[in-house]
Amino acid sequence: MRTDAVAPAAVGGRAVPPRPRRRPRPSRAAGQVLPGLLLLVFVVFFVLPVVWLLLAATKSDAQLVQDNPLSFGSWHQLRVNWDELTGFQGNVILLWLRNSAVYAFVALAITLVVSIPAGYAMAMMEFRGRRALLVMTLVVMLMPATTLVVPLFLEINEVHLVGTLWSVVLPFSFYPFGVYLTYIYFSTALPRDLLAAARIDGCSEFGAFRRIALPLAAPIIALVGFFSFVANWTNFFLPYVMLPQSGQYPAQVGIALLLTDVPQFNPTAGAGTVLRPELALATLLAIGPVLLVFLFAQRFLVSGLLAGATKE
Amino acid sequence: MTSATTGSARARARRAPWRAVGAGHAFVAGYVILLVAFGLVPVGYGIYFAFTNADNYFAGFSNFVQSAKDFRYVPALEHIGVYLVIWLIALVVLVTGLALVLHQLPVRRLGGLVRFFYYIPGALAGAASVLVWLFMLDPTVSPASSFLHLLGYGTFGQVIAPGHLAVLFAMIAFWTGAGGWIVVMYGALNNIPHDIMEAARIDGAGAWRIARYIQIPMLRKWIVYMVILAFATGAQLFVEPQLVSEASMGVAGRDYSPNQLAYDFAFQNNNVNYAAAISVELLVVSLVVAAIFVTRSRFFDAN
Repeated sequence: MRTDAVAPAAVGGRAVPPRPRRRPRPSRAAGQVLPGLLLLVFVVFFVLPVVWLLLAATKSDAQLVQDNPLSFGSWHQLRVNWDELTGFQGNVILLWLRNSAVYAFVALAITLVVSIPAGYAMAMMEFRGRRALLVMTLVVMLMPATTLVVPLFLEINEVHLVGTLWSVVLPFSFYPFGVYLTYIYFSTALPRDLLAAARIDGCSEFGAFRRIALPLAAPIIALVGFFSFVANWTNFFLPYVMLPQSGQYPAQVGIALLLTDVPQFNPTAGAGTVLRPELALATLLAIGPVLLVFLFAQRFLVSGLLAGATKE
Repeated sequence: MTSATTGSARARARRAPWRAVGAGHAFVAGYVILLVAFGLVPVGYGIYFAFTNADNYFAGFSNFVQSAKDFRYVPALEHIGVYLVIWLIALVVLVTGLALVLHQLPVRRLGGLVRFFYYIPGALAGAASVLVWLFMLDPTVSPASSFLHLLGYGTFGQVIAPGHLAVLFAMIAFWTGAGGWIVVMYGALNNIPHDIMEAARIDGAGAWRIARYIQIPMLRKWIVYMVILAFATGAQLFVEPQLVSEASMGVAGRDYSPNQLAYDFAFQNNNVNYAAAISVELLVVSLVVAAIFVTRSRFFDAN
């Protein structure tokens, strides 16, 4: 598609005498090279830290300082780092990862069970308060998740749930963006005539949802699931505030705790210190699941079909 | 189209008034419960604590006045202001620029790959991105250490000097967040009708003129959307300064941003009322921004 962009101008140039406003282009090559260079510089900017992180986990702390930053250490050293890391507080890193998985998936399940019917009803049914609910959803959706953390703590503290699974999972499962995506999806993808026909044939509202909407809902379940999972897994502030004991931390908060035990970053770190390659390995483990999800979702992530579906 | 569908929905509601009404409420019930419990009630709680004192008596605006008099309050506002300016300018200029250049790329496949590369750091959102950048900014281990030395910084402490923090936080935020926006802008560029671009080209417009007079004006609503969301998110800055303060050997304070100050009031100074006052201020900022956008922009056509 992009290639034919040049063609009409070239044809016009040949047929008609050269227009005065189109100067001869000595910078033709520069016009091709400079944008490419710009894109490349930013590829390096975005990717280099990730590549460095992957390699850092295979080195010893001394290698990290002395060797080329982009050299591979050894599989053996990776193993050593793994043993050291899992030795930290009796394998607490795996506990953190398990916690992250529990929080993210329980919240994801509740989000789906609650959001899909809600978004469907807001798109396809008429009920009192529908418009108000829609506007409220939009406003809350545009508010960053961190806004409500301190007030949420006050509320959860009042009902004595601080330090429990639910103090994290329940606020996670409230995901207005998922409801909005579902609303958009059903408004555009599900013909109303289909539902009308089902109703005329005596199908109940719930029957219509189960037999018509749900079978068509796979793409939106995947989409809401993707965004909800990534948001839950990468959330730092809420579990940081809600969970007092390190055994309850998700990986995001856990690696922040590890950071304070790295002597190069925190000179007061005492015994049982963590070396930098171990911290790098822990960071990799903590982001691994999201990175995997990204790789599987690669095609739809970059397609641009999501214009408007990304909330940062 | 939207008015027509609403019309037919209304007609249906008239035919079967309470069956449809009751069913609709049943479908949204779970969501409404969560919305009330974790959207509205915390807001109410925040407001309640912000306007009462430790003995639960009404305190007027004294929590707002007293927390604003705290020696950390004004610096936190200044920090967040400088950070927001840098971050928003970088976002607008670079995201728009990169999306335009990407859109010019003759090889589609390559463009997809580049967009994916830009998107990857999104997987490191939160604490992970800060940890990675602590390494990147430490001249002893950084792959960019020669660049850091070139700028005259030999130690980690020199790199994360207090005066640099706003730029560094903006860079971390850009690193994790820009890729998603570039993809969105790219999608919006794809939606510009082909014949408009074609007409401009036939009239002899080059890439620059097309960008200046067609693409950027048509991207404008997306740029505004991005700026508003980024502003709201940026004003809540927490994890970056929090982790840097833990890793900086005391260079960066614990109270760089207003959200950190609210956190410290609540959990270090045991003053939930001051904490709630700052939270309510931040809440008002987000809420006003979101409300203006939803009601004014026609971006979300809430039929």
